[in-house]
Amino acid sequence: MTTNGVPAIEVAELRKSFGPNEVLKGIDLTVAPGEVVCVIGPSGSGKSTLLRCVNRLEEPTSGKVLVEGIDILDPEVDVDRVRARIGMVFQQFNLFPHLTVLRNLTIAQQRVLGRSKDEAIDVARKNLERVGVGDKIDAYPAHLSGGQQQRVAIARSLSMNPDMMLFDEPTSALDPELVGDVLDVMRDLARSGMTMMVVTHEMGFAREVGDDLVFMDEGLIVESGRPREVLSNPQHKRTQAFLSKVL
Amino acid sequence: MRRTTKRRISRGVLYLIFIAAVVLIAISADWERLRANFLQTDIAREQLPDMITVAAKNTVLFTLIAFAGGLLLGVVLALMKLSTVLPYRWLAIGYIELFRGLPALLTIFGMAYVLPIAFNVNVPGGAVGAGLLALIMVAGAYMAEVIRAGIQGVPKGQTEAARSLGMGSGRTMFSIILPQAFRIVIPPLTNEFVLLIKDTSLLFIAGSTLATREITTFARDGVVNTANATPLLMAAMLYLLITVPLTRLVAVLERRMARSR
Ligand SMILES: Nc1ncnc2c1ncn2[C@@H]1O[C@H](COP(=O)(O)OP(=O)(O)O)[C@@H](O)[C@H]1O
Ligand SMILES: [Mg+2]
Repeated sequence: MTTNGVPAIEVAELRKSFGPNEVLKGIDLTVAPGEVVCVIGPSGSGKSTLLRCVNRLEEPTSGKVLVEGIDILDPEVDVDRVRARIGMVFQQFNLFPHLTVLRNLTIAQQRVLGRSKDEAIDVARKNLERVGVGDKIDAYPAHLSGGQQQRVAIARSLSMNPDMMLFDEPTSALDPELVGDVLDVMRDLARSGMTMMVVTHEMGFAREVGDDLVFMDEGLIVESGRPREVLSNPQHKRTQAFLSKVL
Repeated sequence: MRRTTKRRISRGVLYLIFIAAVVLIAISADWERLRANFLQTDIAREQLPDMITVAAKNTVLFTLIAFAGGLLLGVVLALMKLSTVLPYRWLAIGYIELFRGLPALLTIFGMAYVLPIAFNVNVPGGAVGAGLLALIMVAGAYMAEVIRAGIQGVPKGQTEAARSLGMGSGRTMFSIILPQAFRIVIPPLTNEFVLLIKDTSLLFIAGSTLATREITTFARDGVVNTANATPLLMAAMLYLLITVPLTRLVAVLERRMARSR
């Protein structure tokens, strides 16, 4: 899977505490370029925190996070430039409500990547078409359904031409009938070779699209492997208990 | 007794008290004296043109200046108070507490008289300039708290989305957070505006010339010159003419905000 030998994401001995509460207790994880890694686990097990440490929205307490070989915890590293290469999609979409869909997609292209207005609009248009909401380009986020908002959010990330994408339960806030559209977009994205780390409760998606499945519990990776194997033949008691509840 | 009947009776009693009070005031007031002191139409006619073209104009102008300056100062103080740099936070907290705690009148007095004596600095614009600067300093302290609350009212996810797109903290604040924060604080800021309109009446303490009189000072001069209180009633009407539509506007805005939540 690797193209140049350097992993897209490499996490080693990662620990994170909020005050006295240790939420990540030594995580080791590697995501190769083009790979899709799905992370599952009970609520509160530290999945979001792990994801947020990868682009340093959360400051790790100790350990290493390398993105394309660059140690992002190094104080010398310009974290804004690293983040511009990592797309992030949130459970609550987090579109900018005071801006139109188009402006949501162009603002960072222009101000962070320095693209011209015309180029940014071009890129935005293509990505909106790609996720199937090209007709909403002039709408404000409040006028879109949840599924449309999440697809716009994905298009916003894609417009930065990221090397990889992080998804934090992208379909958990959606009405059931809108989940499919978003998963379709993510499936296409995976097929196109995007490196993805996906926290999800959609076991079907994880089984079908994931190259790797990671099960987390209480701040530790309990078990990982091929999704099909982990899901149908979990080795660990805690994995078995969790899967018996959600499947 | 049923609760609805009980409520009806107690409401009836409240109405009776109200009517009794109105009647009592109407009987006890000396209408002839009131008319002679407050409602001289010839005095009103004589005072009105200047009261509008000079006094009301100045009141509005001073309010706008103090509001704009206060808003700018308020944003700076709010950002300082939310800063991760501790001394900035202390400075902002100290400033806000000081100027919210002092009477505005005293601050105006200080800027106009104490500052020139103590530090040998004169604010440009003379007495009115000093008074306006004081109003800006006070308004800034109040607005800082309003704006800080507005900034904190923007969901954290907005910052996170902007930062994960690679936008720096300053850019995130000015392009993403502040525009949304201002939307939240439009009603309370309009309220501040109404308070400022009334606070311009304190500018007289700094001293004023014929050309810089605002409504209250103008009316006080009018009372002295005409030996009649009619200008005071006119001033009151003029203030209400400006402030009541604004407070109604605040109410409408607040209702609309509540609905869009
Ligand atoms: N900003 C924070 N401050 C304090 N505690 C936090 C914070 N974020 C997360 N936590 C705690 O960390 C634990 C793991 O949270 P999270 O990573 O969101 O879990 P998951 O995404 O698996 O549900 C939870 O107990 C949560 O309360
Ligand atoms: Mg989570």
